[in-house]
Amino acid sequence: MNEIRHPLPYASWESRGFWEGAGRGDLVLQRCRKCGLVQHRPRGLCAHCLESDNLEHFVASGKGEVYTFTVTEQNQAKGFAEACPYVMAYVTLEEGPRILTVITDCAPDEVSVGAPVRASFVSQDRDDGERFAVPVFHLD
Amino acid sequence: MSTSVFPASAAIAGVYEHPSRFSPNKTEFQIMAECAKGALDDAGLTRSDVDGLFGASMSMGLMGIVDLAEYLDLRPDYMDGTNIGGSSFVAHVTHAAAAIHAGLCEVALILYGSTAASNSMAIGTGGSGGSRNPDTAFSSPYGMTTVGSYAMYANLHMNTYGTTSEQLAEIAVTMRRHASLNPHAKMRSPISTEDVLGSRMISRPLHLLDCCIISDGGGAIVLTSAERARDLSKPPVRILGCGEAVQHQGVGRSDLLTIAAKQSGQNAFNMAQVERSDIDFAMIYDSFTITVLATLENLGFCEPGEGGNFVSQGGISLDGVLPVNPDGGGLSSNHPGMRGIFLVIEAVKQLRQECGERQVSSPEIALAHGTGGTIGDKHSGATLILGVDK
Repeated sequence: MNEIRHPLPYASWESRGFWEGAGRGDLVLQRCRKCGLVQHRPRGLCAHCLESDNLEHFVASGKGEVYTFTVTEQNQAKGFAEACPYVMAYVTLEEGPRILTVITDCAPDEVSVGAPVRASFVSQDRDDGERFAVPVFHLD
Repeated sequence: MSTSVFPASAAIAGVYEHPSRFSPNKTEFQIMAECAKGALDDAGLTRSDVDGLFGASMSMGLMGIVDLAEYLDLRPDYMDGTNIGGSSFVAHVTHAAAAIHAGLCEVALILYGSTAASNSMAIGTGGSGGSRNPDTAFSSPYGMTTVGSYAMYANLHMNTYGTTSEQLAEIAVTMRRHASLNPHAKMRSPISTEDVLGSRMISRPLHLLDCCIISDGGGAIVLTSAERARDLSKPPVRILGCGEAVQHQGVGRSDLLTIAAKQSGQNAFNMAQVERSDIDFAMIYDSFTITVLATLENLGFCEPGEGGNFVSQGGISLDGVLPVNPDGGGLSSNHPGMRGIFLVIEAVKQLRQECGERQVSSPEIALAHGTGGTIGDKHSGATLILGVDK
């Protein structure tokens, strides 16, 4: 079983804060100062207020728990085919939102619903020379 | 029943399911056109009667409905290329009924065609290549696949309610038993629970036989006003209720176990003013075994968490309390990428009592529910309640 070779994300203006944070080793979320909503995935405005003026980025704790997961045994896509079986999961973050991720650094059988997890960051060089990091989670 | 109010003002006058499951020498549009002929013949109408065109497919993109009109050399007064995934065609019936009710068209043709199998498409397990679309930036790095999304739903259901792999397998076994009665079904040899549990694991807890097959195929539906439908070749099938809904991750807090069927189903039942117990059989999108379980619960045919018992007690079998997918469904009959159109076609044929060995006993009211997308991520739901003309 090989490491997953993550297809690196294409950051947009809306998601830049998240991916730049990942590059620094921080899990960055968005909060609306007006209504208090913490939202993920990131947007250019608060999805509820539909306003951008009060949106701020903050560094989240990186802690959460497994909401649900699957052990993927077949995925033909490049970067994953060689890494099967791998654990894909939704993690509920301490700050509220849920995030799609993979659980790494453990045997698939060690993962369970409700298990506490913590973020870490996998850095990879992209073809165009930019360095990107992808947040993944491991059992805490 | 009054034919002046929506949705009773429109009716399904003709249907056609392409018999082929493998068509390497045909294009999508050719399959759609053959289906158009079949459904118009079924209704006793011709191409020149069509003034409303509806369709979607795996490859129709921007202006795809215009391309389809050109292929058929049609100049309709009304067109709708809504694509909300596999449920699209269930929604098209609602949209067509609304357009007919509003007087925007009189004969609506709904089409689907696909060469998914002969193109060797990896529909369920080919996901998550390196996409440069910012909208998938939060799924593509993590190896999301269609089956993986459904598997996460299944795992959560098992953890929450104690649902078992044996119960899910019962759904696949039942669909195969139904398919064995359908001469056009792709997979007709009976399977056992052990066969399902012993098949290759794709994405835990879903095995190969928990997943739908991949076929080619297509279908067509013709709607017209309820009044006109009564003068055509086949008995009209009435639209009693309809509903559409969407479910997604939102801002990251959605209850994964609540799927779009809950909202679209409730709206359809409210409109039809019938009870769950009035439904004689159901056509339920079975992309995976878990899809059936989730849909039964969210439509209210059983309580949340009771789906496992419902299916293991034979509830969805042809002789059960709610026969589901007498044609064998996507798990065994056909699944050319987007299956919604076949849900409606089989419902209509069953209500017209044309189904031979797999015929449900004297049905009067049917429900069809399509799911488009993936229930573990984002998806659409479309529900129809159909009835015989009274």
